Amino acid sequence: MEIQVFGSGCPTCKKLYEMTKQAVLENGLNFEVKHITDVAEIVEMGLLRSPALVIDNEIAVAGRVPSTEELKEIIARHNM
Amino acid sequence: MGIAKNSIFGEALIFFITDSIKIAILLVAIIFFVSFLRSYLPPEKVKKVLANRFEFVGNILATMIGIVTPFCSCSAVPLFIGFVESGVPLGVTFSYLVSAPMVNEVAAVLLLGLFGWKIALIYVVSGVVIAVVTGVIIGKFKLEGWVEDYVWKIKAGSTAVEDTKILAQRIKEARQYTFNLFKNIYPYVLLGVLLGAFIHGYAPENFLASLAGKGNIFAVPLAVLLGAFIHGYAPENFLASLAGKGNIFAVPLAVLIGVPLYSNAAGTIPIVKALIEKGLPLGTALAFMMAITALSLPEMIILRKVLKPKLLSVYIAILTVGVIFTGYLFNWVM
Repeated sequence: MEIQVFGSGCPTCKKLYEMTKQAVLENGLNFEVKHITDVAEIVEMGLLRSPALVIDNEIAVAGRVPSTEELKEIIARHNM
Repeated sequence: MGIAKNSIFGEALIFFITDSIKIAILLVAIIFFVSFLRSYLPPEKVKKVLANRFEFVGNILATMIGIVTPFCSCSAVPLFIGFVESGVPLGVTFSYLVSAPMVNEVAAVLLLGLFGWKIALIYVVSGVVIAVVTGVIIGKFKLEGWVEDYVWKIKAGSTAVEDTKILAQRIKEARQYTFNLFKNIYPYVLLGVLLGAFIHGYAPENFLASLAGKGNIFAVPLAVLLGAFIHGYAPENFLASLAGKGNIFAVPLAVLIGVPLYSNAAGTIPIVKALIEKGLPLGTALAFMMAITALSLPEMIILRKVLKPKLLSVYIAILTVGVIFTGYLFNWVM
């Protein structure tokens, strides 16, 4: 499973990155979470809002920071 | 009330309690409503609506959509590139970029709660006019060449974004957003109302009127200028002391102060209210508030990534002139 957090480096984006790492850990998984801050890559992904959580090239969350519970639920759903 | 109403402390306390309750209710209600509404207007949809629009109609449409759009300055660059890539005219993109941060629902709520609907309406209408005019001017002069060249080379992707179609999900997200935003800004609002209450109780009447009154033609530009530099770091009473020196530069100064103050906009408005009651002219106060929301220094730094210095200067210049003009207009009219 490929987990990426896209953000241009703003505090909200860093928060989503940290929370995602935490959620992966709490789900008992061992995947690396990538933090992508390059604007060109963000745009190429088709994103207009940051931060965004992309799992296996599918945009799961865009423009908001969900709760840890919701993040865990999203990750678990994609890991099935 | 156990405290005598006629005591200065009692008056300040009542002012504090009534204002903080009123604002809390308004904030929760309006933020929830706006964030629910905006779940129907994700930028991906807005982009399609605005692509290949005629200028002017497009500018107005972009401005209107911008009002209900939340704006994190970290989204400015991807949004800008995504818009121009998909054929949204440059001027229309700018109308949206101005309106999204400038006409902000939190500021509108605070104005509504503290000053009444007329001032809130004036704030929204001025913001809309400035956003449309800025976009129309940039569109008319065909400044596409002043956008960084790499912007035109990026190929925007079209990955489908999560579509939260279920009503329950929209409500849940709006509720979560409202709660988080409220939690973040309400302490500042309370602090602002508290300071405002004490200015209300203790500052001498007409103190500011004598210092930054209508006769002071530079009050507006001074206010704008000041708005530009503080951004969350300067103490709130800085403005009062600066705008209160019999200084004709008070308006530009207020604007300058407002620019870096963005993160504390929520806490500033209650203070501005108290200052107005003490005689700060409304136009100066309005210019200050608009500078706080629209001329944000961090956002300018981020926009520099996609705009050549010439275009960034034009953008800042038009916005600054617009805000200062609005300030003078209302000092003159009211």
